[in-house]
Amino acid sequence: MACLLEAPLRISVLSEVTATSRHYVDRLFDPDPQKVLQGVIDMKNAVIGNNKQKANLIVLGAVPRLLYLLQQGSSSSELRAECAVVLGSLAMGTENNIKSLVDCHIIPALLQGLLCPDLIFIEACLRCLRTVFISPVTPVQLLYTDPTVIPHLMSLLSRSQRTQEYITQIFSHCCKTPEHQTVLFNHGAIQNIAPLLISPSYKVRMQALKCFSVLAYENTQVSMTLVNVLVDEELLSQVFVRMMQRDQPIDMQLTAAKCLTYMCRAGAIRTDDSCIVLKTLPCLVRMCSKERLLEERVEGAETLAYLMEPDVELQRIASVTDHLVAMLADYFKYPSSVSAITDIKRLDHDLKHAHELRQAAFKLYASLGSNDEDIRKKITETENMMDRIVSGLSESSVKVRLAAVRCLHSLSRSVQQLRTSFHDHAVWKPLMKLLQNAPDEVLVMASSTLCNLLLEFSPSKEPILESGVIELLCSLTQSDSPALRVNGIWALMNMAFQADQKVKGEIVRALGTEQLFRLLSDPDSNVLMKTLGLLRNLLSTRPPVPVLLKLLHSLLVELIDQMEHSAAVPSSWHIDQVMSSHGKQIMQAVTLILEGEHSIEVKEQTLCILANIADGNTAKELIMTNDDILQKIKYYMAHSNVKLQLAATFCISNLIWNEEDGEANAMTGSQERQDKLRELGFVDILHKLTQASDPNLCDRAKTAMQQYLA
Amino acid sequence: MAELGAGSLLLGDPAFNYQEAELNERLKRLYPAVNEDETPLPRSWSPKDKYSYIGLSQNNLRVHYKGHGKNHKDAASVRATHPIPAACGIYYFEVKIVSKGLDFLSSLLPLSPIPGWDKHSYGYHGDDGHSFCSSGTGQPYGPTFTTGDVIGCCVNLINNTCFYTKNGISLGVAFTDLPPNLYPTVGLQTPGEIVDANFGQQPFVFDIEDYMSEWRAKIHGMIARFPIGERLGEWQAVLQNMVSTYLVHHGYCATATAFARATETLIQEDQTSIKNRQRIQKLVLAGRVGEAIEATQQLYPGLLEHNPNLLFMLKCRQFVEMVNGTDSEVRCFSIRSPKSQDSYPGSPSLSPRHGATNPNLHSAGADSPTCSNGVTPPNKNKSHNKYPGVSSASSSSSSSPSSVNYSESNSTDSTKSQPHSGTSNQEETRLGENDSEMEIEAEHYTNGVAENPSARIMNGTYKHQEILQAQDISLEDSCASRQLCGGNQAATERMIQFGRELQGLNEQLCREYGKNVTHKKMLQDAFSLLAYSDPWNCPVGQQLDPMQRENICSALNSAILESQNLPKQPPLMLALGQATECVQLMARVRSGSCSFARVDNFLH
Repeated sequence: MACLLEAPLRISVLSEVTATSRHYVDRLFDPDPQKVLQGVIDMKNAVIGNNKQKANLIVLGAVPRLLYLLQQGSSSSELRAECAVVLGSLAMGTENNIKSLVDCHIIPALLQGLLCPDLIFIEACLRCLRTVFISPVTPVQLLYTDPTVIPHLMSLLSRSQRTQEYITQIFSHCCKTPEHQTVLFNHGAIQNIAPLLISPSYKVRMQALKCFSVLAYENTQVSMTLVNVLVDEELLSQVFVRMMQRDQPIDMQLTAAKCLTYMCRAGAIRTDDSCIVLKTLPCLVRMCSKERLLEERVEGAETLAYLMEPDVELQRIASVTDHLVAMLADYFKYPSSVSAITDIKRLDHDLKHAHELRQAAFKLYASLGSNDEDIRKKITETENMMDRIVSGLSESSVKVRLAAVRCLHSLSRSVQQLRTSFHDHAVWKPLMKLLQNAPDEVLVMASSTLCNLLLEFSPSKEPILESGVIELLCSLTQSDSPALRVNGIWALMNMAFQADQKVKGEIVRALGTEQLFRLLSDPDSNVLMKTLGLLRNLLSTRPPVPVLLKLLHSLLVELIDQMEHSAAVPSSWHIDQVMSSHGKQIMQAVTLILEGEHSIEVKEQTLCILANIADGNTAKELIMTNDDILQKIKYYMAHSNVKLQLAATFCISNLIWNEEDGEANAMTGSQERQDKLRELGFVDILHKLTQASDPNLCDRAKTAMQQYLA
Repeated sequence: MAELGAGSLLLGDPAFNYQEAELNERLKRLYPAVNEDETPLPRSWSPKDKYSYIGLSQNNLRVHYKGHGKNHKDAASVRATHPIPAACGIYYFEVKIVSKGLDFLSSLLPLSPIPGWDKHSYGYHGDDGHSFCSSGTGQPYGPTFTTGDVIGCCVNLINNTCFYTKNGISLGVAFTDLPPNLYPTVGLQTPGEIVDANFGQQPFVFDIEDYMSEWRAKIHGMIARFPIGERLGEWQAVLQNMVSTYLVHHGYCATATAFARATETLIQEDQTSIKNRQRIQKLVLAGRVGEAIEATQQLYPGLLEHNPNLLFMLKCRQFVEMVNGTDSEVRCFSIRSPKSQDSYPGSPSLSPRHGATNPNLHSAGADSPTCSNGVTPPNKNKSHNKYPGVSSASSSSSSSPSSVNYSESNSTDSTKSQPHSGTSNQEETRLGENDSEMEIEAEHYTNGVAENPSARIMNGTYKHQEILQAQDISLEDSCASRQLCGGNQAATERMIQFGRELQGLNEQLCREYGKNVTHKKMLQDAFSLLAYSDPWNCPVGQQLDPMQRENICSALNSAILESQNLPKQPPLMLALGQATECVQLMARVRSGSCSFARVDNFLH
C-alpha cells in the first residue's frame, strides 16, 4: 500500500490524469466500506467510454484490489456487484486491457463468483466474463479447466434473460474444437439452449442460434440430435426456416442458414429436403448480393460453397439462382475506384475485406464448378474470370492463392476448358510458379490441378513438360504428405500415358527405380495404385515407333550398366532391360500385391503389368520360372471378376505368343512355354473361357487358343 | 361461348366453389391493397384476348395449342382477363408445363404471338432459356424448362422489375424499367403443348409471401427512417398538439388536462365547454336522446335550429329509443326503473375497436338494402295487421291517416327508392369491401367516439350516477324483459304520437328544403320497427342496438364543436384520413409501394 502511494511521486512525469486515476484507486483502500462502495461507483462512472482512464487504472493496480473486494465474503453484495461491473467496463477497452485482466486471474475469480446466489452479482460477473471470452486474446481453454463450470453455467441459463444472453454468447465463442462440442453436448447444451430460440429477447434468440451453428459444425452427433428437437411443438429445422424469412434481420437469416447447412453436411438433413433447396440455398444466395455488407457476403459465399460442395444437384440449382455466377464477379471489384477517390474510410474498409471477398468468391466458384460441365462453362465465360484466377494464383495472401487454385482445380476437371481457356490463358505458368514455393495445402491443390493439365489431350502438357516439371513431381513423391505423394505420382502417370519414349525415359531416370519400388510399398493404397498405373504406362509399348524405341534405348544405355545390344531392337526390348536390372524386385512386388489384401482395381493393374512384362523376351522367362506367379495367373483366370479374368488371360496370351523375330532359340522358347502351360492346365481353362459370356474375354481366349493351333 | 357455359355449370360444383373461395382468400391475403372494383385481378386466361390456335379449358386455366406449329408464324398466345393492378405492389403467377412441345414461352404482356417479341412485351422462353424484351433476339437468362416444370413470373411494381422462378427457385431479375399495365401471358407454338396457370387457385411453389415480407420490411424501414432533420422539435410540438386535440375532442377531460400539464401545451376549449359536450354525448349514448336534444337546445341555443338535418336524425333516433324503451319520454311511464331498460352498456368490451368491429359495422351497412326491402309492399300488409294490435288504444281515425300516409309514402317510395338504394348499396359495398383503407378511416372516427363513453366514465370527473343511475344492472336482465316501449301502454301511445310529429317534421323539411332521400329512408327504417312483434329480432332490429347511437353522437359532437368555431374533426383523424387518401392516390398513379405502406399496418 505504501508502495502504491509512493509510486506516482517517483514517476513525476505522469500527467494530471494519472493523478486523478490515482485518487480512484486510493479510495478502494478506505477502511469505511461505505466509502469504498462510493469509490467503486465513482470509478465506474469515470471509466465508462474512457480507454485512457481504463489503462491508467489497470497500470495503477486497481484490478487486484477490485478482485479482492469481489471475492471477499465480508463485502456487501452491492459492493461485489459494482466491482464486477467496473471490471466488465475495464474489459471493454483495448486488447491489452483484456490481457492484463486475464493475467490477474480474473476468469477463475469471476467463475467462482457465479456460485453466489445474488442474481445481480451473477449477471455482472457473466457480463464481464462474456467480454473477456469473446476477445481473441483470451485462451478459450480457460472455460474448460474446471469441469464444474459448464454444468453450473447450464443451470444458470434459467435465471434471467441476461444470463441467457451472456452464457450463450460465451459458449458460441468458446466452442472451437470437436472436444468443446462434445463437452457442451454432454452437459445438455441442446436441451438447455433450444427453448431460448423462441425467447422474447432478440439478443437471446440470436446468441442461442449462434451456439447451435458452432455446435453443429462438422458434428454428426450434434446434428443428428438437433433434427429431432422440438421447440414449442415445432421441429428445430422449422424454427430455423422461420428465422431465415426475408423480413428477419440479416444476421439472423445468415446464422440460421449456417445451422441448416451444417446439419445438412453432417448428414442430418437430406440435400433434396425442401428446407435446404427452397430455403437455405436461396437465403445464402441472397447473402451474396450487392445489397449485403461485405462481411455478410463473405460468410454467405463461404457457407454456400460448403453447403453444395458434395451435391451436384444443389450446384445446378445455385448456378441458376438469382444470377449467382454473375453476382460473384462483383466480389472482385473491391476496392472500387469510386471508394478510392471519395472516401478514405470506405477505402480502408474495402481494402480490409478485398482479400476475404476474393477468396470467398473463388471458393464458391470452385464448389459450383466441381461437377457440372455447363456450370464450368458459365463460370469461365464470366467477365475476366480466367484473368482473375491467374492473378489470384500469385496474390500475397495465402488464403486467396489457395482459393484461386481450388477454383482452377475445379474448372480443370473439364476437358473442354483444358483445351480452350486454360491453354489460352497459359494458366500453367502461374501454377508452376506456385508449385515452387508454397505451403502444403496450396501444393496439394496445385499439384492436383497439374495432374489434370498433364492429361494427354491437354494442350498445356507440352509447355509444362518443357518447363522441367518432372523433377518437381518426383520430389513431390518423396513428400511426407500422402496427398502430395499421390498427386506427384498421379501427375507422372498422366504424363507417361501414351507418352513418347523420351518422356518415359526421363521419368524413369528422374524418379529412379529405387523410389519407384519404394512407392510400390507405400502405406497409402492410392499411391500404390497410381504407381502401378505409372508402371503400366511406362511399360506400355504402344505405339511401337522404332525411332522412339531407339531413343529410349540410348537413354537406357546411360541408365543401366549391362548394355550390350545396339542393333536390332525388339519392341519389347526396354522391358527386358528394366526386368534384367530389377526383375527380381518387380516379381516380388507383383507377387506381394497379388497375394495381399488389395482391391480389384489394384490387382487388375498388377496383372496388366504382368502382361506387359510377359511381352518381353527375357522377362517371359522370369515368369515361366516362377511357379507362384503362374499359379496366381491360373487362379485369376477362373476368378469371378471378369476384369481380372481378362487381365490374367492377357498375361497367358502374351506368354504363349509365338511371333518371334526368327531366332531359333526364341522359337523353341515359345514351344517350351506352350508345353509347360499345357501341363499346368492352362489350355483347359482357355478352352472353357472361349465359352464365356463376356464377349471380350471370349475373344481373348480364342486368340490365345489360336496360338496353340498355329 | 361453350367455355362460358362450362364455367357456369361448374359453379354448382362444390369443389369448384371451394377452390373459388380459396382463390378469393389467397388473393385477398396477397394483395390486400387492391380494390377489385376499380382494378380487378387476373383470375384466368381471357377467352376473348387469344389467338385462334389457342384452346382453353378447365375454367380457362388450361391452355393448349391447336395450330400447325410449322414455324414462328403459327405461334399463338393468350393473356389474362385483366392487367396487373399497381396496388398489388408485388404480383406473382405460376404456369405448370403439363406437356411440352418443342417450344414454350412464358411471360407478360400485351397480346403478341410470342411474348417478348413485340413492342412492350416481355418473355422467358423454355427452349433456350433466353429472355426476350420487346424484340426477337433474346438474352441468355436462365435454364431451359420442360414438362413437369413450374415456371413463375413475379412483377415488382415498386421498382418496376420482373423475375422468373423455376420450380420455386428465383432466377434473378430479367427485366427492369417495366411499363405499367402488364398482362400475364403465355405463348405456345407446337402441337401438343399444354400449360396450366395458377393465379392463386393453388398454393404457389415459390414462396412469394416471403419475398413480399422483405419488401414490406424495406418500405416500413424507409418510413421509419424517414429523415426529419432539424425539424425534430417542430414535429414533437405537432404530435403533442394532435394528441391533446384528440383527447379534448372526445371529452377525455382529466386526461387532456394532465397531458397539457405534462407537455406544457394549451387547451383551446375551456373545461366547462368540454364537460357540457361530455354530458350531451353521454345522454345520447345512454339512449336518452330527448334529454340530449333538450340539453343541446339549452346549452347551445340555435344550434339545432340551424341544423335541421341533425335535428331530424336526433328525433329519428329518439323514436327508435322510444321503441327501445330508453328515452325519457316513454321511460317516465314505465313502472320499473326505466333506466334499467338497456342503458348504454358502457363496458369497454362492447365499445368497438377498429379492426374487430369494422366488419360488423360494414355488414350493417351492406345489410341496409335488405332492410329497405323489408318495407316493400308484402311487409306493408303485415304492418297493417300489426298496427291495431299494438296501438289498440289509439283512435282509429287518428291513427289510420298516419298509417295510410305511411303506407302511401312507402308504396310510392318503394319503386322510386329501390333503384336508388340499389346504387347506394353498391357504393357502400365498394367502400366496405374493397376500399378498405378509406373505410377503416371512416370507421375510425366513429370508433373514437365509441370508445368515449366507457373511457369517460372511468375518467371520473363526472358523476355518472346523475344520469345513469342503474348503470350496473346487467344486460341479461334487461334483455329478458324487452318489450315495446318498456311494455307500457301510455308510453306506446306517446310513441305513436311522437311518430306522427316526426312524420310532420319530415314533411315540413320536405317543404322547406325539398325531398331528402336519406331522411325518408331513416324514417322508414324507424317506423318499420313497429311492423314486427319482436322488434329486437327483426330485419331492421339492428337499429335498436346501442352501438347505433355512436354515429349520431359523433355527429352531434362535431356540430357543437363547429358551432364553437372548433374543428369538427380532431387533427389526428384528419391526418390519418389524409395519409389513407394518399396511399389510395399512390395506387391510382401506379406506385406499387402503396401496397406495403398501408395506414392500418401502423395502427396497433
